[in-house]
Amino acid sequence: MFYREAGEFKASYQKDQAILPIRQDRWFIWAIIAIAFLVIPAVSSDYWLGTIMLPFLILALAALGLNVLTGYAGQLSLGTGGFMATGAFAAYKLATMFPGMHILFVLLFSGAITAGVGILFGIPSLRIKGFYLAVATLASQFFLIWMFNKFGWFTNYSASGVITAPQMTAIGDIMVTGAHATVTAKYLFALSIVTLLALITKNLVRSNIGREWMAVRDMDIAAEIIGIKMLPTKLKAFAYSSFLCGIAGALWAFVHTGSVEPLAFDVNRSFQILFMIIIGGLGSIMGAFLGAAFIVLLPIFLSNAPHWFGLNIAVDLISHIEAMVFGALIIFFLIVEPHGLARLWQITKEKLRLWPFPY
Amino acid sequence: MRVERDVIYIIFASLLLMVIIPWSAGMLSEDIFFEWPFFFEVAIGGLLAGVMYSLVALGFVLIFKASGVFNFAQGAMVLFSALTLVGLNEMGLPMWLSIIATLIVMLILAIAIERVVLRSLVNQEHIILFMATIGIAYFLDGFGQTIWGSEVKLLDLGFSQNPDFYFGGLILINDFDLIAAGIAGVLVIALALFFQYTRIGRALRAVADDHQAALSVGIPLKHIWVIVWAVAGIVALVAGIMWGSKLGVQFSLALIALKALPVLILGGFTSVPGAIIGGLIIGAGEKLAEVFIAPMIGGGIEDWFAYMLALAFLVFRPQGLFGEKIIERV
Amino acid sequence: MNERNFGEVILDLKGISLSFGAMRVLNNISFNVRQGEIRSIIGPNGAGKSSMLNVINGVYHPQEGEITFRGEVRKEMKVHEAAGFGIARTFQNIALFKGMSTLDNIMTGRNLKMKSSMLAQAIYWGKAQKEEIEHRKKVEEIIDFLEIQAIRKTPVGRLPYGMQKRVELGRALAAEPEILLLDEPMAGMNVEEKEDMSRFVLDINDEFGTTIVLIEHDMGVVMDISDRVVVLDYGRQLADGTPDVVRSNQDVIDAYLGVSH
Repeated sequence: MFYREAGEFKASYQKDQAILPIRQDRWFIWAIIAIAFLVIPAVSSDYWLGTIMLPFLILALAALGLNVLTGYAGQLSLGTGGFMATGAFAAYKLATMFPGMHILFVLLFSGAITAGVGILFGIPSLRIKGFYLAVATLASQFFLIWMFNKFGWFTNYSASGVITAPQMTAIGDIMVTGAHATVTAKYLFALSIVTLLALITKNLVRSNIGREWMAVRDMDIAAEIIGIKMLPTKLKAFAYSSFLCGIAGALWAFVHTGSVEPLAFDVNRSFQILFMIIIGGLGSIMGAFLGAAFIVLLPIFLSNAPHWFGLNIAVDLISHIEAMVFGALIIFFLIVEPHGLARLWQITKEKLRLWPFPY
Repeated sequence: MRVERDVIYIIFASLLLMVIIPWSAGMLSEDIFFEWPFFFEVAIGGLLAGVMYSLVALGFVLIFKASGVFNFAQGAMVLFSALTLVGLNEMGLPMWLSIIATLIVMLILAIAIERVVLRSLVNQEHIILFMATIGIAYFLDGFGQTIWGSEVKLLDLGFSQNPDFYFGGLILINDFDLIAAGIAGVLVIALALFFQYTRIGRALRAVADDHQAALSVGIPLKHIWVIVWAVAGIVALVAGIMWGSKLGVQFSLALIALKALPVLILGGFTSVPGAIIGGLIIGAGEKLAEVFIAPMIGGGIEDWFAYMLALAFLVFRPQGLFGEKIIERV
Repeated sequence: MNERNFGEVILDLKGISLSFGAMRVLNNISFNVRQGEIRSIIGPNGAGKSSMLNVINGVYHPQEGEITFRGEVRKEMKVHEAAGFGIARTFQNIALFKGMSTLDNIMTGRNLKMKSSMLAQAIYWGKAQKEEIEHRKKVEEIIDFLEIQAIRKTPVGRLPYGMQKRVELGRALAAEPEILLLDEPMAGMNVEEKEDMSRFVLDINDEFGTTIVLIEHDMGVVMDISDRVVVLDYGRQLADGTPDVVRSNQDVIDAYLGVSH
């Protein structure tokens, strides 16, 4: 009854092409942003901000990156972890080589370096398609992680292999990385970056390049016949996707864990991100966030659930049961809504538009 | 089977490179020891290991051929079958009975997967089914270890694990690897015959060509899927027995699926011979690279070398060596 | 219709032969297309009609023959270059981008005309937005022309068949092509839909002056709207000329009605 587009007329194409043409949607998103920036930091404990919200935001950014590549451009990739690692190590090298560099530039350049690596590994996509490409992207995953482990140059020849991210400030002397940074500062910093990048991504996918990506995804030969060049279009998708994943990796290492280690970006990370976009919804910005929330919260819920029922189970058994339930839930979810949470959201909106009438 | 000419060229060229690169590495680098008997020892060891990879890849191929599903759970099925086998054996069942019981368990698993997962996801996009099999993989890994525990178990079939000299005492080969390769070979031939000459085999090939068309001529899709998943389960059990007695039955068995993937793309998702030849090329290539190239670039390349090798092949044959050519029509 | 005046020859095909392996799909085909005409290619199934279109827009490369386009002999071109030369087409089996809306599909048809850089598109406000709005106006004209205002924002995968055909025509038109290749635009349509589509084809030809190369099975429609017709049968060229000439050609009658020996 309250969610209607009827009576809302647009007098210009500019208004019709706005990100959210429906007034209620705009209010909703502004409310979410306001809550994320003002309410959550005020009411959440450090535990919530640090171990749930922060990883959620950063992984959502990586999911956004993968969704550009897989959901919009249709190139299935299992190399997300490798690209995140590239971002993390690039940021580390940049921050240690140029100690005066501002963290925003560190992030920007590490994203750019990852984009370069992404282009390199994206070249085979011109000939290789579908699952063949997916397996081929595993090559980048394993090769990159091996490379960071193997060559001391990447870790500045640290003996232990675990390296600590340097302390850096964002505005004035507000620390956003390292042990002295407050969780709230880290959270707000990550939130700002993720919000900005989500907006840029939205702009890209609603512009010409986004339509070209989707055209290649939906029917590549028809796309080519109307003049879309395959290689640049696919490589742009690889580049931008890797750019986002690289920044996500850098944020993960610098802002979240505070240490740079390849183990955090192994093949399981790639699968985790892929789960996020499938569960959240392929080809949807909102989906990346919904999926990330689901995948981050589910294990936390599962590992805490036995306590709530007063059960006391051995730790390794819990982890096995967790894997089992996780797998079962994934299957259940795919059966119930193969197109992801974003589709559920859309259906809800369509229902709401007609409410209280059924159709 | 008709083999295209460029496939033969590619295989021939790769064999040539596999000899030339190690040899020149041995000539150029002080660190690398190269002698012909040693080269052949490494190559044969690699080929035998490759057969073991083929065994896992075979399970993937069967399911992909019949249902177009990229079954990521094949590795988890290997682990699950091996865990079940050892678990039953430890409970006091004799080995032969445990094997039969495990076969029955794998059949039940196939039925369950068809009932619960495949039937509900029929006609969904490939990526959705792929994700569902990752779900199955998580479930099986967790389920198997919840029931049977996660400590390393030994699986002893009574075969000798000792290396012996062959070819006039020049080349050292592990007996167990020979036996494993022999068993894998028998399994592959049996499967090939099964699919070529039985009614079920023909139906299966029809399903692989076109689900709708197969249904319309009265082939029961559901039964075919159960059969394929059950056969893939049997293949997984054989692989589980082989790998399990080699490495011990433990979680890392699930990870050999990652070893089978390059084999799969190199050979082609839809080809049984591709899985075999892919396995041999990957096995030999990987071992040779480990011994003759790795020392030059810092070692530890087994994580990614097979993938890079497969990627190199894909650039020449995007559908894998024996995969069906993708023809785009407008 | 025969009194219409056409411009010069814009596309000239000489001795085109195309084979896939041992299979000869086109055998020594020669015909030309004049500026502003409606040129039809007809023939039974498997005659090589679609292959002919694929040769014209560079999807297939003929082994023999010469293609002259706008007075220049064309070298082997890549698939994506055809659109740049002003050749657009629709497909026998609809090749729309199923996950996108009608509007986005037609907007994609204008991809070659959109020049703003990726960075400008990322920022959006400013140059990219101006460009989007400019092209949106053009696209809205096409939407009005094809009378598909109501389905503007519907994902094309959900549209009925006839509507999808129309959207596909819209996507091809969006490129403002010089030559429009239509591969069975009326296949599977009822009489009413066929009439609509024929009207669109004639209007496009008339209003925009677009040259049209048409493949169609419905003889009535073809003979009504075409200026000249070329007839193919099993890769051979049977006849070429105005509808009246073609209709009275003995080979054509034999091919269509069967010949008694």
